[in-house]
Amino acid sequence: MTAATAPTRPMTPDPRPTGPVFPDVLRSEWTKLRSVRSSYWTLLATVVILIGFSALLAATTVVAYSEMTVKERADLTPIAIGLNGVDVAQIAILVLGVLVITSEYGSGMIRSSISAVPQRLTLLAAKAALLASITTVVGIVSCFAAFFIAQVILSGEGIQAHIGDPGALRSVVGGGLYLGVVSLLALGLGTLIRRSAGAIAAVFGLLFVLPILLALLPARWAEGIGKYLPGHAGQALFGAPIATATLSPWVGFGVLCLWAAVALLAGAMALQRRDA
Amino acid sequence: MEFDGRESGWAASDPNAIVSGDHFGSERMVMAHELAIEANGLTKRYGSAVVVDNLSFEVLPGRVTGFLGPNGAGKSTTLRMILGLDRPTAGTVTVAGLPYGQHSRPLFTVGALIDAHAVHQQRSAYNHLLCLAQSNGIGRKRVDEVLQMVGLTSVAKKRAAGFSLGMGQRLGIAAAMLGNPEVLLFDEPVNGLDPEGIVWVRTLMRALAAEGHTVFVSSHLMSEMALTADHLVIIGRGKLIASMSVDDFVAHSSHNFVRVRTPEPEKLLGLLGPATSVSTDDDGAIRVAGLDCAVIGDLAAANNIALHELAPQLASLEEAFMEVTRDSVEYHADDRTSGASVGSAAW
Repeated sequence: MTAATAPTRPMTPDPRPTGPVFPDVLRSEWTKLRSVRSSYWTLLATVVILIGFSALLAATTVVAYSEMTVKERADLTPIAIGLNGVDVAQIAILVLGVLVITSEYGSGMIRSSISAVPQRLTLLAAKAALLASITTVVGIVSCFAAFFIAQVILSGEGIQAHIGDPGALRSVVGGGLYLGVVSLLALGLGTLIRRSAGAIAAVFGLLFVLPILLALLPARWAEGIGKYLPGHAGQALFGAPIATATLSPWVGFGVLCLWAAVALLAGAMALQRRDA
Repeated sequence: MEFDGRESGWAASDPNAIVSGDHFGSERMVMAHELAIEANGLTKRYGSAVVVDNLSFEVLPGRVTGFLGPNGAGKSTTLRMILGLDRPTAGTVTVAGLPYGQHSRPLFTVGALIDAHAVHQQRSAYNHLLCLAQSNGIGRKRVDEVLQMVGLTSVAKKRAAGFSLGMGQRLGIAAAMLGNPEVLLFDEPVNGLDPEGIVWVRTLMRALAAEGHTVFVSSHLMSEMALTADHLVIIGRGKLIASMSVDDFVAHSSHNFVRVRTPEPEKLLGLLGPATSVSTDDDGAIRVAGLDCAVIGDLAAANNIALHELAPQLASLEEAFMEVTRDSVEYHADDRTSGASVGSAAW
């Protein structure tokens, strides 16, 4: 074969499509997500942790039930017990949300991505839409599974809740919605911070460390501020009621959404302004 | 040419085949009247450091334009600004008449090999190309095609983490070819390639230019450009040093001289004017710089001096390049006190 070899295989590149770019970018992001191992690991971890921790708390509750006082028995919240795993499972979700963008910066892939889609906000919007859809669906399905498994275990002492009970369906669906919004919060901060370790630490700090720091403040202040932190606010939708320190379910969820929106907005501005 | 799927070497893929076909229709001809790339006063500052300094140049279709400069001259930064990755501090740059960011589905217009490492290491070559293709509405068939073009078909399902630098470069070239674009940008494409791969890339770039594509290729190696480029854009410390054809570049070099052999050297030397510089080679021939062959020949004839040799000697591109960039090199090899001598070792 020499440099002068005549072309023998006609190339037929696709014609340039017209119309909106967003569906194409969404398809591209789906390929990105399903072609790296970390997506599977984090989602698998979410499912296992969510169901496992919920079942575990249900089991320990059943074991301890016979020795509980009347008041302790009255304070039991079988719905919240069934969704106990959401709190830990959100760690896997936040890692996924961060990695969706930071792995691109870490590998240099972001330069290929932005060269292919110079409409950077479209790129981020596609990532956000796909991530939120997947984490919400996986979250809701896992919450249903965790809820029913936990109630089966709790029925050993006859203390199970039913999905038809007041607030039960809202809590189960709410646990999934919470995970979906947490993934967006993580994506926003990941876009802003760009580095995997730094971004994971930041989201983790916001969800887990900040409430602990707040507990060092005088109780009145801590309660006043604490219910507006993203973790506390969002958990109002599905968690056990913490008396006065909790916002009403949908208001709390709205506050969490606001946190995620601010994080995404900050990330979007950084993405748009900074050199890739 | 048959592809049997066994290949992973360069020989298996004919770079000419990449640019073949009948799709270079009227669209390409319209393109040929425009400036493929046009930079106007392009400037990039990082704090007080000026990396690209008021750079203006044009890149025309149908030829290979070499983008040359010593390491650290601002070539990669300029390419990133062309691709809309970095925002210019001042000035503008357009590709096919538009700022890069205004192109919708740009892979159909511009293909770029910017960094062989710009790949998620856990993703397979196939999925890397597929996600880029899908983002521009390009189908799977084309992904298979470009994989075959660069000879990566047999390793398409392997993770990019296991790829050598040469395979990474091929993957980058495949990505650049996805939309069969009019304009192609290659940043140091032969870095890390074996000799076979270097020839392959050279042939590809020549073939692309011959088909009417615009090929803009950066390099810090003048010798490489001598074999590939028709035109040169040379920068040093972010500033434009020259934009001219390779031939003109050599012709303008002050390293050019005329080699003269004569039995009467003293007599001839006495006739040469003060503007000439003369040295003697080991074999007795005289090097005359500053006069061309005709003047020297006429001078000798008029004075009855026999000439046994009268030959113009062109400076090598490498010499000419070193000469024009000497003042703009970031680090000189003799600058030992700064410990920065490594910086110039590459060229």
